[in-house]
Parts: sequence; C-alpha cells; structure tokens
Amino acid sequence: MINIVFFARIREQLGVGQLTSPINQLKTVADLRRQLIEEHEASWSEVLMAQNVVIAVNQVVSDETAEISSGDEVAFYPPVTGG
Amino acid sequence: MDCPISVKVCEDDFDVGHETAVLQHAKPDVGAVVNFVGYVRNINDGETVSALELEHYPAMTEKSISDIAIQAREKWDLLGIQIIHRVGRLAPEDQIVYVGVASKHRLEAFTACEFIMDYLKTQAPFWKKESTPNGDRWVDAREKDNTALARWD
Repeated sequence: MINIVFFARIREQLGVGQLTSPINQLKTVADLRRQLIEEHEASWSEVLMAQNVVIAVNQVVSDETAEISSGDEVAFYPPVTGG
Repeated sequence: MDCPISVKVCEDDFDVGHETAVLQHAKPDVGAVVNFVGYVRNINDGETVSALELEHYPAMTEKSISDIAIQAREKWDLLGIQIIHRVGRLAPEDQIVYVGVASKHRLEAFTACEFIMDYLKTQAPFWKKESTPNGDRWVDAREKDNTALARWD
C-alpha cells in the first residue's frame, strides 16, 4: 500500500487529508498522480497538476519522477508559509 | 566542535530569556547568542488579521528543520542551535517562531540565524491560514522568500 497525504489548501480543495492506494502497477509518483486523477472528479486534475504543488516521498521533497514502492508515503502540498 | 541542536514543534509559547540561557549555559567559550523571534502581525496584505491557524506535516516537520540546522552547523563554527516553531491557533502579537544560535564570535551566529530562517520559511512544511473580516484565507508563499534563499547558493 501507498499512504497518500494532502495538506493545507490542497487538503481543503480535495476534501480529504489522507488516502491509501494499493501499489499495483504504480512505479512513480507520476503514475500515482495519474491514477488519483482518474479515480476522482475533474477538480482533482486541476489541484494535483498545479505547477506549484510540492511533492514529498517519505517526508523528503522530491518530484513526480520519484520511484515508489509499497509502504511509502507520498505527500502533495502547496508552497510552505511558516516562520 | 560540539554544537548541540534542539528542535521543537509545539502549541506552547516559549520564553526567549530561558532559551538564551540554555544556549549559553556551562559554555564559557560562547561569545555571542543571536536570537530571532517571529510574531503574528495584526495586518497582512492590507487586511486585519484576528487569528492565525498554523498547520504542519507532523511526520516531516522536525526532521526538515533539523536538516536545516545541521547544514548551518556544517557551514559555520557554531556552539549551539535552538529552534522552536509553534503550531495551532495563534493571535496577533503571539510569538510564532524562535531561532537561537550561539557561537564564539557574532558574525557566525548572525549569519547562521539568517540562513536558518531563510531555509525554514521556504522548506519546512508549515502553512498559515488567517482569519480576516472577509473570512479565512490561506497565506500565499512570497517570491521575496525565495529570493532570500537564493543568496545562499
């Protein structure tokens, strides 16, 4: 299984903070994102494909080319605004 | 060189005097402590802010900040780093973030403190949501924070 987490504006726009997905044929974050978009309403494409979306794999900032395997956690979040 | 790093992410407020004393305690070679404190402002982008909600990514936040502190320790000759970042609901005038850096001489502590804040603002997974008279709104990331980061390249 892949654990998928969303934060802040993205979490609100999607209406969910956390999901799981079987690994199946998924090899990269791009595959996972494509599957999430296919499984949900059209707004998910807009939110998850936005240019400024940050992707983290296992709590390290990464990108859509990152390979994923069972047990990984993939996060999608907007640019950070702490401090 | 011994440079302890302490990172705390919590809802509780902090006492700068106490944190400063911890950085200097039993370290006669400390010649400088530089403290940065960030506060909640009452106005942002022209609107009155009555409250701020700070969200974070609990599994990642402390590690992300620790990584920044480790980078600073590798770049400069430091004697201690303490970082506290609050989360949850805050009000104007509340303290949000503390970065304290101890070193033998002031330049290292000043520079490392700025470096840590520039990285923290652009890398650590926190998000602010403001309450204003026109409703709640997510704070947008600012380009000037990325510009500030770029000077360390």
